[in-house]
Amino acid sequence: MANEVAADANEHGSGGGMPDPMHQFEIKRQVELDVFGIDASFTNSSLFMVIAAILISSFLIFSMRGRALVPGRMQSLAELSYEFIASMVRDNVGAAGQRYFPFIFTLFMFVLFCNMLGMVPYTFTVTSHIIVTFALASFIFLAVTVIAFARHGAGFLQYFVPKGVPALLLPLLVVIELISYLTRPISLSVRLFANMMAGHTMLKVFGSFVVGLGVLGGWAPLAFMVAFTGLEILVAFLQAYVFAILTCIYLHDALHMH
Amino acid sequence: MPQLEIADFAPQLIWLAITFGSLYLVMARIALPRIGMVIEERRDRIASDLDQAEQLKQKTEEAIATYEQALAESRAKAHAIAQETREKISTELEAERMKLDRKLLDQTEAAEARIDAAKDDALSQIKDVAATTTEAIVTSLIGGKLTKRDVSAAVTKALSE
Repeated sequence: MANEVAADANEHGSGGGMPDPMHQFEIKRQVELDVFGIDASFTNSSLFMVIAAILISSFLIFSMRGRALVPGRMQSLAELSYEFIASMVRDNVGAAGQRYFPFIFTLFMFVLFCNMLGMVPYTFTVTSHIIVTFALASFIFLAVTVIAFARHGAGFLQYFVPKGVPALLLPLLVVIELISYLTRPISLSVRLFANMMAGHTMLKVFGSFVVGLGVLGGWAPLAFMVAFTGLEILVAFLQAYVFAILTCIYLHDALHMH
Repeated sequence: MPQLEIADFAPQLIWLAITFGSLYLVMARIALPRIGMVIEERRDRIASDLDQAEQLKQKTEEAIATYEQALAESRAKAHAIAQETREKISTELEAERMKLDRKLLDQTEAAEARIDAAKDDALSQIKDVAATTTEAIVTSLIGGKLTKRDVSAAVTKALSE
């Protein structure tokens, strides 16, 4: 209890020191839930996951309600996102990847909306937590590996043996290939999580500079904040894109083995 | 770092599974097929419109060809009719002209015959007048009587010289 009070005091800057930039990432339980001994509480993170899912669903369903032959503004946007991911899957996975198009689309939209919602002040950024991005990345990694073995059987192991390499180097290269394959979920999840966390921490730090320097000196960090917010919006889109396209590339490896 | 709070992992994972799973179902079952259908429909519509346009264009070209052919035919027909008419008229004109010529010739011949007859008549009358005059002159000059036959013979002789 005393800790909580201290944290709150820090957050509002009344404790004398700088507000804690990591405070924004704290998980707060809104509804305590316990299912068979597992903590399933509805937290601020859950709230924004639900908001993202509802926003995506209503955007795509309500914009297409007219099913107009000549699309309006919102319908154009919905079709644009559809075509964007469809062409990404077509170009990077090929015709065999059409089965996985709904998953890639959901993945891209979910990550994009979670990132973008995080740019709104007083919201929580779901993707700034390593456990969320790692869960997504691990699921992708496991699913891709299962697809690969289901399609090629044990033949998929050839994927780790590069062709046209001297026999002397082969053991080393196989180990390198194996490590690079196994670290995929880590690189995929850390990339997104680190980008989101670093960006939001920077915004918080510079925001506290603006307040700390006051009316006289606060303008310089404020100008930086404006530019950095623009950059963060770009990063929010870019990281969702990178997440989706890397998933496509992993799928391509699983389906075609290069 | 709040991200490393192990106690917070379970609720996040559970709600991620719930929200992402239901979002996937909504996307895969409802939203994406709908968008795909609309895009497909539009593509079909554009393709069929293009087809129709192509057909209409072909029809137009056919119609133009038919029109051109009909035009050429009627032009040839008009030409033939004009030619025929011209020939007919010229034949008729020729016949008329020939008829007129013959008529004129006949009339000329008749007139010439009449003139000849009149000339002959006049000449014979001149002979008579000459004979009578000669008789009268001879009678008054020499006082003798002359037979009419002698005088006639003399006059005829003198006239023919």
